[in-house]
This record gives sequence, C-alpha cells and structure tokens, in this order.
Amino acid sequence: MAEVITADLVDLDLEAGDRHEATRKLAERLVAAGRVTDLDGFLADVRAREAQMPTGIEGGIGIPHARSAHVTEPTLGFGRSQRGVDFGAEDGPADLIFLIAAPEGGGAEHMTILASLARRLVHASFREALRQAPDPETVVNLVKKEVLGQ
Amino acid sequence: MRIVAVTSCPTGIAHTYMAAEALEQAARAAGHEIKVETQGAAGAEPLPPQDIAAADAVVFAADVEVRDRERFAGKPLVQTSVKRAINDAPSLIAEAEAAAAPAAGGPVAHALSELGEVDREQLAMDTAARPETKVDQQAGLGTRLRQWLMTGVSYMIPFVAAGGILIALAFLLGGPEVANKVNGGTFQGVEYPGVSDLSRLVVEAGWAGLLFKIGATAFFMLVPILAGFIAYAMADRPGIVPGIVAGLLAGEIGAGFLGGLVGGLLAGAIVMAIKRVKVPRGVAGVMPVVVIPLVSTLVVGALMLVVIGQPIAAATDGLTNWLDSLSGTNAVLLGILLGLMMAFDMGGPVNKVAYAFGLASLASGNLEVMAAVMAAGMTPPLGLALASVVRKRLFTPAERQAGEAAWLLGASFITEGAIPFAAADPVRVIPSLMVGSAVTGALAMAFGNTSRAPHGGIWVIGLIGRPVPYLVAIVAGTLVTAGCVIAAKSVGRTAPAEAEAAVVPAGATPATG
Repeated sequence: MAEVITADLVDLDLEAGDRHEATRKLAERLVAAGRVTDLDGFLADVRAREAQMPTGIEGGIGIPHARSAHVTEPTLGFGRSQRGVDFGAEDGPADLIFLIAAPEGGGAEHMTILASLARRLVHASFREALRQAPDPETVVNLVKKEVLGQ
Repeated sequence: MRIVAVTSCPTGIAHTYMAAEALEQAARAAGHEIKVETQGAAGAEPLPPQDIAAADAVVFAADVEVRDRERFAGKPLVQTSVKRAINDAPSLIAEAEAAAAPAAGGPVAHALSELGEVDREQLAMDTAARPETKVDQQAGLGTRLRQWLMTGVSYMIPFVAAGGILIALAFLLGGPEVANKVNGGTFQGVEYPGVSDLSRLVVEAGWAGLLFKIGATAFFMLVPILAGFIAYAMADRPGIVPGIVAGLLAGEIGAGFLGGLVGGLLAGAIVMAIKRVKVPRGVAGVMPVVVIPLVSTLVVGALMLVVIGQPIAAATDGLTNWLDSLSGTNAVLLGILLGLMMAFDMGGPVNKVAYAFGLASLASGNLEVMAAVMAAGMTPPLGLALASVVRKRLFTPAERQAGEAAWLLGASFITEGAIPFAAADPVRVIPSLMVGSAVTGALAMAFGNTSRAPHGGIWVIGLIGRPVPYLVAIVAGTLVTAGCVIAAKSVGRTAPAEAEAAVVPAGATPATG
C-alpha cells in the first residue's frame, strides 16, 4: 500500500481566499500525484459533503473530505495557511487544513488508517507539531510516526 | 462511572473518529471508563452487550441516525452532534455524569451468573450474533424477565401502530360497518355476508375495506410477533420458530396476548433447556437446524393446545354462563364487572367473554351493555396515551411512540393499543387499566347510555344514546387509568429490590431517585 501522505501533498504556504480555493489547491496536488483522477468530479464530492455541514472544527482546523469514485487510494493532503481560511468553525478561520480523500468502495483496512489519522487530529500536541514543522518532510514524518506508528 | 458512546457522521471518515477520540480523552481525564462505537466507514465494531448493560450513561455524538439504537433503550442518554463532541467533549462528559446521577446507587450490582462454562461460550456466540436484544445475561431473573418482555414488545409495537391506525382509518372512511362488510356479521340490523373472495374485496367493501383487511392482518400477527421475539430474546434465533407458533396457537385457542406472553416464555425456556442437553458430536451438527426447532415447537405447541387451551376454553364457558346469570342484577355492578373484564387481557379470553356478552345483549335488544363494554374498552389505550404524555419519564421511548398511536386506537375502541404497555409491565399496568375501565363501565351504566353499534368507538357517537354523559364516562375512566398507571409505576420504582437502575426504561428512575 502506498503512503497516505508524501511531501508532494504538503503545502506549508497555502494561499487561498476561501475554503473552496484552499480545497482546490490541495486537490490539484492529489491530481498531480495521480491519486485523484477527475479534479472537478472530486471537488464536487467534497463540496457536497461540506454543504451538509461545514467541516471546520475549533482549534483552527478544516477537514474538507469525501469518499469519491474519483479517488484511487486513501490520501491525505495537508495545507498550512498564514492568514487562515474560514471552514465554518465557530472560533474563526482554520490555519491547518487536511484534505482527506477516500476511494468510494475503500476497504476497511484503508479506512482504518484515515480513522486513526482523524483521531490524532484531536490531540493538541499533534496540531502544535504540525504548526511548527519547518518543511514538508517533517509533516510526512510526523504523520507516519503518530498515525502509522512507523 | 462507565460510559458507552456512539459516534457517527455523514461520510464516516473524519468526524466520527475525531469525536470518539475527544470523548475518550475527556472521559479518562475525568476518571471514567468509556467505550466508543464508531459507526464510520472503517466498519462499526458493535459494543459488547455486557458493556452496554453495565454502562451508567450513554452518549450519542451523531449527525446521522445511530444504528441499532434500540440496544441502548432504557439508559440515561446524552445526545448531541459530532462537532460538539470534538469541540467540547469535557462538558459533554459532565452532562453524561448529570444524566446518570439520578439513576445512581453506583454501578449495577449483578447477580453472580449461575451459568456453566458451556453457557458462557454459548453466550459469547449469542451476543456476537444478536445486537438487537436488550438482555443483560448476568442480571437477576426479574430484570431479565422484564428485558425479555421489552424485547418482544419493541418488535410488536410497529404491528400495533400499523394495524391499529389502518383499522381506525378504515372506520373513519367507510364507517364502522366496514368491519362487518369484510368479515361478515350484523351491523344495525343489516346482515353482511362478508368477503369470501379477496379479489373482490375492493368491489364489495370499498377502499375502506381494503384498509381494514390490511390492518386486521397486521393485527393478526401482533401476538405471534410478541411471543416469537420474547423467545428470541431468551434463546436467540432458535427461539423464533417455537415462539411464533406458540403465539399463533394462543390466537387459535383464544388465549389472547397473555397466552402469547406465556407461550413465548415457554418457547424460550424450552429452547434454553434443549441447548443445555449434552449431545454426541455427530448429532450436534443437526441440533440447530432440525432437532431444536422440531422438538421445541412440538413441545410448546402441545403445551399450548392441551395444557393451556383446554382450561381456557372451560374458563371461557364458565365466565359466559356466569355473566348470563347476572343479567338483570344491579346495572352499575354489571358495568364495573364488564369494565374489569374488558381491560384484563385486551382481546384475550376474558375480554372476549365480556365483548360477546355485549354483542349478545345487543342482539336481544339490550343496548346498554354494549355501550358500557365499548366505553370500557376505549379507556385503556386512552389512559396510557395520557400517562405517557403527562409522565414521559416513566415510559421507554418505544412506549412513548406506542402512546402516540394509542390516542387514535383508544378513540376507535381498539383496546389492543394498550397491549405494548401491558406486555412490558403487566403487574403494574393491567390492574390500573382495570380500575379505569371499571369506572367507565359503571358510569356508562349509571348514565343509562346505549349503543346501537358493536364497534367504532368515538366515530359512532351518533349511534350512542345520551352522548355527552357517555363522553364524560370515557374521560373519567381515562383520567383514572392514567392516574393509576402513573402511581403504580412511580411507587414500584422506589422498591429497594429494584437494583436494576441501569436497565429500567429511560428516565424511569429520576423521579424517585
């Protein structure tokens, strides 16, 4: 199984005016990495989820996500925004943005990885480490260590 | 404190797990034990029934419907969105503490299991395959009995609601004579042959006839489903066949829902007993598919027909003769007696004797008995509906739903609307219903009410003599019924023997602590 996240999928200087632009920029990285086959189709799926209820949560986090037929393997894209992007959380914009892409019929094994990733996001120490990370490799290693235990 | 929680969100890949993690952290920080079932895309691992049984409080952090929420019936519950669990888990845990507090007395002290090793293994297998029953296998017999009954009732309630409301609608659309158009009989002097060929149902009895037939069919399954799922709660899937057959036979021998209740318990006990028999390895393979269904069904069927059926037939005859001998005595006394009988078993043998007595009186020109019988048959569902609104906390969520339908069923003289309540808690509910119906029966007699209709409830008020006092009698009985039910359920709960705080219906304890 390929890695859930690679350095290509990390943008530590994400410039985006709104959540749709932020999501699109991260999704473009997923397309470039061959993990998403149809950018607009995938974005439509993410928007559909976002429309049900905003994915922002308190503590500066946005988690646009979808299970989509246009996704080839479970993938995490990560973006860090200086100015922050509004994801609908009550306490303000998000500076840590996680784009979670899951294949439509993904097996339980794949989903378990994404599940443990989601669990880590709740931990303040994990968020803080992501905020301090100097380069994409550090982010990738953090996720591997914390989520995959590697 | 022990907490169980379910988290679930629309996509099931992010918030479900974040909420689970946040709840786990907050609960542990507060010094509680917690187990979380994540109903997400990674597949939900169901909470072990033992953990649910032992939990002091339940937290649902869900933006979509929690699957199999019946499992948690009767637990103090805090319900919120996934987001709130992620953003503010500590205050949610505090709410769970508050919800559990009235039910306290500490963790439930379980009676030590008297089961042997084999049963423990069987139990482990059973519980894995059986998420829907609410039975805590380690509880005392009284608690388990109640849980068995509740399981049967929870499966029966949709049948009561669907069948009862369809029948009530049929009365509304086609007039109460629709029952006779479909089944035959006399209504207001008109003789109806009934529909013998179902393909001519709509032609002969109209669309109302169609509704009535469908509703009556759903009603027909009420007691079999009750009995089948009582047995299912006791003995898992092998219980269903003997249980349902026992319920069907209870109908055949006119034993009503009490007969079905006994039949279901018998069926479950027989299967449990057969499972205990040690058999050679060669035979073990055919036990679940052939031996258990065959033997248990045969035994319970024979018991129902011979041991229960014949005494019931004899008792029915005796009661009928006795009632006949009372004709012409004090009318109010007769009203009380008919009221007690109507409410005793709601469609069972005693109720049927009273109703048949009303029909016979009607046929011979005495319209007063019919009026008293009908009014007394309306108050049980009405009184329970009222009680479940006034004192919500004394009733499980399932019962409160049954209560909503019970208004219409009671108003339509469909006494069966009270069965879910009576089957779940017969000792407290049935006497309360009898008191209320006795009041109504006595008042209807005292007011000299008459009815020219054998059924139809409030919808045939035009055929009632002195309708306003008649309504007074019904309202009075409804109030008395509700009052008695509330009192009985409240008083019973204070008994110290009730160490089942964690498994009684939701909120049943807070009133009395």
